[in-house]
Amino acid sequence: MAGQGRFVADIRLPGMLECALVTSPYPRARILEVNREAARALPGVHEVLSGLTLAAQVTPLTHGIEVAGIAWYPLAVDCARYVGEWVAVVVAEDRYVAEDAVELVDVSYEPLTPVVDVEAAMEPDSPIVHEAVGTNVIYRRTFTWNDVDDDFESAPERLSHRVRWGRSSTVPIETFGVVAAYDPGTDLLDIWASIQMPKFSEQIATALRIPHSNVRVHYDVDVGGSYGVKRGLKHAVLVGYLARQLGRPVRLLEDRLENMIGGDAHGPDRIFDIDVAFERDGRVRSLIIRALDDCGAFPGRSVLQLGKPIGAITGPYRIGSVRYEAICVCTNKTGQVAVRGFGQAPTNFALEATMDRVAAATGMDRLEVRRHNYIQSHEFPYRIPSGTEYDSGDYETVHQKLLDRADWPTLVARRDALRAKGMLAGIGFASVLEPSGGNAAFEPLLNPHNDTTTWMESCFVKVDHDGCVTTSIATPTSGQAHETLMATVIGEELGIEPELIRVVHADTLTALPGNTPVASRMAIMMGGAAAGAARQIRDTVIAIGAHDMQVRVDEVEYANGDVVVRGRPDECRTWMQIVAIAHRQYHRMPPGFQPGLQAHFVYQVPKGERLPAADGTVQMYPCYAFEAHLPLVEIDPVTGRVRVREYYVGHDCGTIINPGVVRGMLIGGIAHGIGAALLEEFRYDSEGQPLVGTLLDYPMPTTLDIPDVQIVEHCTPSPLTSHGQKGAGESGYMGAPAAIASAVNDALGPLGLRCERLPIRLTELGERLAAASRSGTLPAPEDLQR
Amino acid sequence: MRSRIPIRDVNAADVRLHVNGEEHVVPVQPRVTLLDCLRDHLGMTGTHAGCEHGACGACTVQLDGEAVRACLIYAPMAEGYSITTVEGLQPNLSELHVLQESFWDAHALQCGYCTPGMLVAAAGLLARNADPSQAEIREALSANLCRCTGYVQIVEAVRLAADRLQQRKPAP
Repeated sequence: MAGQGRFVADIRLPGMLECALVTSPYPRARILEVNREAARALPGVHEVLSGLTLAAQVTPLTHGIEVAGIAWYPLAVDCARYVGEWVAVVVAEDRYVAEDAVELVDVSYEPLTPVVDVEAAMEPDSPIVHEAVGTNVIYRRTFTWNDVDDDFESAPERLSHRVRWGRSSTVPIETFGVVAAYDPGTDLLDIWASIQMPKFSEQIATALRIPHSNVRVHYDVDVGGSYGVKRGLKHAVLVGYLARQLGRPVRLLEDRLENMIGGDAHGPDRIFDIDVAFERDGRVRSLIIRALDDCGAFPGRSVLQLGKPIGAITGPYRIGSVRYEAICVCTNKTGQVAVRGFGQAPTNFALEATMDRVAAATGMDRLEVRRHNYIQSHEFPYRIPSGTEYDSGDYETVHQKLLDRADWPTLVARRDALRAKGMLAGIGFASVLEPSGGNAAFEPLLNPHNDTTTWMESCFVKVDHDGCVTTSIATPTSGQAHETLMATVIGEELGIEPELIRVVHADTLTALPGNTPVASRMAIMMGGAAAGAARQIRDTVIAIGAHDMQVRVDEVEYANGDVVVRGRPDECRTWMQIVAIAHRQYHRMPPGFQPGLQAHFVYQVPKGERLPAADGTVQMYPCYAFEAHLPLVEIDPVTGRVRVREYYVGHDCGTIINPGVVRGMLIGGIAHGIGAALLEEFRYDSEGQPLVGTLLDYPMPTTLDIPDVQIVEHCTPSPLTSHGQKGAGESGYMGAPAAIASAVNDALGPLGLRCERLPIRLTELGERLAAASRSGTLPAPEDLQR
Repeated sequence: MRSRIPIRDVNAADVRLHVNGEEHVVPVQPRVTLLDCLRDHLGMTGTHAGCEHGACGACTVQLDGEAVRACLIYAPMAEGYSITTVEGLQPNLSELHVLQESFWDAHALQCGYCTPGMLVAAAGLLARNADPSQAEIREALSANLCRCTGYVQIVEAVRLAADRLQQRKPAP
């Protein structure tokens, strides 16, 4: 705010060198030779490293899935597998010189035929992205829960449809960057990165073949947004290797081109084929979902991102049986990374598009169909067919509050008034869940050899001898206000003003175990860890006070740091007196107590004790927040431009720790969702060349694209968490794309048109409207009143 | 690897830049952008790089009060102008600019990366228009991208700042 942030680009270490990347211009090519001579000779250049040299020194990077035959290195070795893949790195005195040298690196390629279309990639005669695997289908599994065939057989109505979720991502304004510095005296590799990734330091150490405690990742770096995507493993291994080799700190700061094309930070790219069996009154009996994901050349977290939605595969609805087929296929495109929601947003879009279809087929109102299907508030905890139990909810109430807030009849009247003026106009609806809290369950679900369940977060709290409270957290922060969260929860438990609590970020050597802010987990997990540690402090304070007054612990009360004998307010020990006893007067401490006043708490995720069953039934995340979206959109019938005029959202994330933070998350998520629905896509041509590399061809929402979002809150606390809180970090994004699609389809309905794919592109919509105009289903432009 | 002695940059020439009320003389190559000059040569890292092609607004600074993209200007081109960066908004070290206070109070920043650009653009707006409508605020900030907030709290912060400035004006 005052320009004093400390992002990776602001870090200045003496002697630090900068990197620039040599990238492949081909989507698939054998790398014949990397000629580095001219580049190395340029003054200011320190090193030019090729993939062949690096691969001999490092272990391949880990994916989320065990697939033999995919060797993933920071630099391509024998073969380039997508346009923009990193082939060599130049290290120089500054970025300007490094980029000059990039142009002097001479790489000879033998171009090969690429595979670009995901369905073509599944054909037996397709080029194979990773020849050692033998196929492009790197994961395929069908899960069946309850009697799907029977339910389809006996249901009075069935329908099938296909929807597509285009390849987009969260594209933070700050690109990924990492600095590595090696101290041979202590044999310690220091890393500062714009990072949001569990097990980051472990994976760097494994790749560099050094002990884990020889790597120290610093978490006190400001991260300029991530929303899932800043994993930076290949970047960090590259600079870690270079720093150790060159004896100088090395920084890699992606420029926007490197980020968009070569950063391996694209999101899900899915085709959903859905069959639904339902009653004539719109109640859904059963679903068959085939989710086909194009993960690009390197799968990253993509397979796990197909698995996580199993935990909310039926949405907020009472659906009896499900078959879910998850297929992950490689093509010669940029690799995929975890994106906000870890696959839930595309899945919610597919579910909600299906519900709108059921409404159309039965002639029922779309909102009434949801009401017929909602899990009722008295049914919680509610176990869905895939084995996950939803903790709490009151969907019907949120739904009604939303309609009241939006003043449904006048909203419809405003839509109709727009139509009367000649515009196309539509109201959309989506009711979806935000699974929160995280869980390791998708790991063993999709990788049976990976029998892991531990998924924790930690907090260390100390009260120093001056009575000041400091807490240390084991995570980087990318805008989620962790400091506020910790100070609020600890302040609540200790009865101290949050502003008086100092929050610091540990590094990976001093940190307690943690899993970073993924999976909408920090309010639950760090909140729970903070509450656990703070309660221990409080219990210790009570014990010290009671012992010093020679009464029992159950005879005193804790009053904002002071300990008072119940009914005898003059008998009291103040916070400062107790602090003095703890730090200086051991003779007054209860026997057996440790000196000082500090606590740590390592918190395992609630309901995270069991491995998945053989049939794939699994408790995925513990807590389920709910949101219902109601946008009003207007479409210009000549240009096809979609404008979101009004936006209402009902939101229930349990107990809210900080209202401003939750509001910011929700509106920010809605903005991401509007971008995914209307603007953003990483497109490729049929030869595998990316058509999108800059922010000019990847338009993101501006102030003119996001209306003044109206929020109505509701609270059904979670019975599982320290204060009833659920997550909110993915809120808005979970339902906005589905709601915008629903609104556009409501607007196009009178023309008999429907959009089945996101993003809904301006040019395509314009062309379809022009065709409708020519065929007479749309009034001619000159007849429209504006 | 033997480290090399840096070669003196024979292509650099002195550029005279007037930034936040102070004169600086710095030798840079003519191809160095104003953004990189501010950040790497003058140590003012508040202005951020988001795209380096003028699309995102994270690099917004003012030249003679007008919001411009520092990534699209070469440092020598900025000679002769009065340059304002986010570091120059505070009246002094112990006081925040009313916009900075308002951003804080309205929770108008999350990761903080777009914030300097937003503040500089918003400061330009309030200097031209002391009573902007919501639509005018949105228009003035329409060239600054934010991925965290969805803009609503940013717009509220700017309006809050405008209100506060009105209140601080002496009565006529």
